[in-house]
Amino acid sequence: MSSFQARQGSLKIVDAAKVAARGAIFVTEARLRNTLKWVWLIIAIAIANPVLYLVSIGLGLGSFIDQNAGSTGVDGVSYLTFLAPALLATAAIQSAVDESVYPTLEGFKWNKLFFSMNATPLSGNHIAMGVFFNSLIRTVFTAVLYWFVMLAFGVLESPRAWLAIFTAIMAGAAFGAFMQALAGFLENENVFFTIVERFIIMPLFLFSGTFYPLSSMPIFLQWIGWISPLWHATELGRWLTYGSEISTTMLLVHFIFLNSILVVGLIASRRIFTRRLGK
Amino acid sequence: MTESLIHARGLTKKFGDFTAVNGIDLDVLKGESFGLLGPNGAGKSTAMRMIGATSQRTSGELTVLDKDPEAFGPQIRAHLGVVPQQDNLDTHLTVTENLYIYGRYFGLSRKFLKGKIEELLTFAQLEEKRNSKVEALSGGMKRRLTIARALVSEPEILMLDEPTTGLDPQARHILWDRLFRLKEDGVTLLITTHFMDEAEQLCDRLVVMDKGSIMAEGSPAQLIKDFSTKEVLEVRFGSERNAQMADELRQLCDRIEELPDRILMYTEDGEELLERVYKKDFHPKTSLVRRSSLEDVFLRLTGRTLVD
Repeated sequence: MSSFQARQGSLKIVDAAKVAARGAIFVTEARLRNTLKWVWLIIAIAIANPVLYLVSIGLGLGSFIDQNAGSTGVDGVSYLTFLAPALLATAAIQSAVDESVYPTLEGFKWNKLFFSMNATPLSGNHIAMGVFFNSLIRTVFTAVLYWFVMLAFGVLESPRAWLAIFTAIMAGAAFGAFMQALAGFLENENVFFTIVERFIIMPLFLFSGTFYPLSSMPIFLQWIGWISPLWHATELGRWLTYGSEISTTMLLVHFIFLNSILVVGLIASRRIFTRRLGK
Repeated sequence: MTESLIHARGLTKKFGDFTAVNGIDLDVLKGESFGLLGPNGAGKSTAMRMIGATSQRTSGELTVLDKDPEAFGPQIRAHLGVVPQQDNLDTHLTVTENLYIYGRYFGLSRKFLKGKIEELLTFAQLEEKRNSKVEALSGGMKRRLTIARALVSEPEILMLDEPTTGLDPQARHILWDRLFRLKEDGVTLLITTHFMDEAEQLCDRLVVMDKGSIMAEGSPAQLIKDFSTKEVLEVRFGSERNAQMADELRQLCDRIEELPDRILMYTEDGEELLERVYKKDFHPKTSLVRRSSLEDVFLRLTGRTLVD
């Protein structure tokens, strides 16, 4: 008895050229199925995160600051309005990093899923891009929800405030791609958690002009903001949401910086994934 | 002449100073079931990864389906089904989803996969588990699912790295049965194993590997004929007396092997040899006459047993 009714054989049914062209989409599809297993948790995080931050820090700390500095005391606006675009970018970055780093560590090490993908016509490039696209989709979702919560809090003053969604996504994509490359590069995941999270991600969050203007930091600490996608996205976000003053040159610098990190991160991810799979 | 699907000459892989695969020659023909038999660390998995077009060779010649894996990796992998040593299923997804996404990696259409998945679930005896998450499956079920997954694209060559390691005897037999059916269907199989019974059951032809090199090649029956006797008499005198008795027993047959727990005596007629052992007034605690196996071939070739 034959197990398979009408075996045609891979030579007939598999088209390697099709996979070469659309492999990244196939990986994205698989990653999305994974992500959707936690969809309720993702929705809960995407809503609870802005609500909790905006209430506790924005309103709590904000009312204290506004009492002392006046309701236009920070960069000409209330503290909540000043803070919100930074938190939007932070949330986008956080979800991008989560969705890039964990699948990468898992795929190379924990369940070695990437090796099973690489045993098909898929290459390291497809896998790296698939992980990135899935992360990007989650980042878009997070940023859009965050933006609506900001709208509810009444911190979006400018008519072009909706564009801040895109600058936040840009920061998330850039940081996510960079961290994906790093997670693929570091073969010992403990290094990632103990060093990268504590000494890179955390300081960037605290020193990126998130809670106060970067210019109020001593000059020798301001460089941390300059290398941080978060600061660049926050500056763009402030300009878009409440019209914070910014020169055209600086707009270009922020835009070019974020996109350069994105391109470098993606190229590095693709190379690192391909090299590690081929060892 | 039958077509050679895998052709290797002097195939070598080095990691730094360490030579994992040391100049091996192979030819796997269409429709045959070919084995790489050897202990852990013999270089079998490394050889498999080079043939599977995921690891680049250091030197030597290699063609798989008439293509060089170095230049045509994805084009070769499109026609291979790979079952790695460790199951690397997507444990968060269900059985059906695992088969589906893997089929998508080969660019197969949703419509084709719908029918194919039903076939594979039947083949792997997982119909009732179709909607279970992979993490809830037993070891044997996961293994069968990994094999089913490798078959989703109807590969020209199915490569299995230690297919039954870690499975209980019943699960192994179910798996062998499935692999045997594939063989009957004309699927070319390339199998690594360190179980001689598995090699004898499944392989038409095999190479015995040790420390990265091929020690011998042939059908299981031919290898046994070339490197061993028809039968083996196993005797045990207790661990203290085995060494002392070995010298005495050497006079009774051409070749003996001393293992820590027993002595193997190679002969054409085991019962007759046992009689002579008793006539000499040697009284082993236990004795067993059996047919020679690939284990004996390996012992002869390397002086060591397959499973340490």
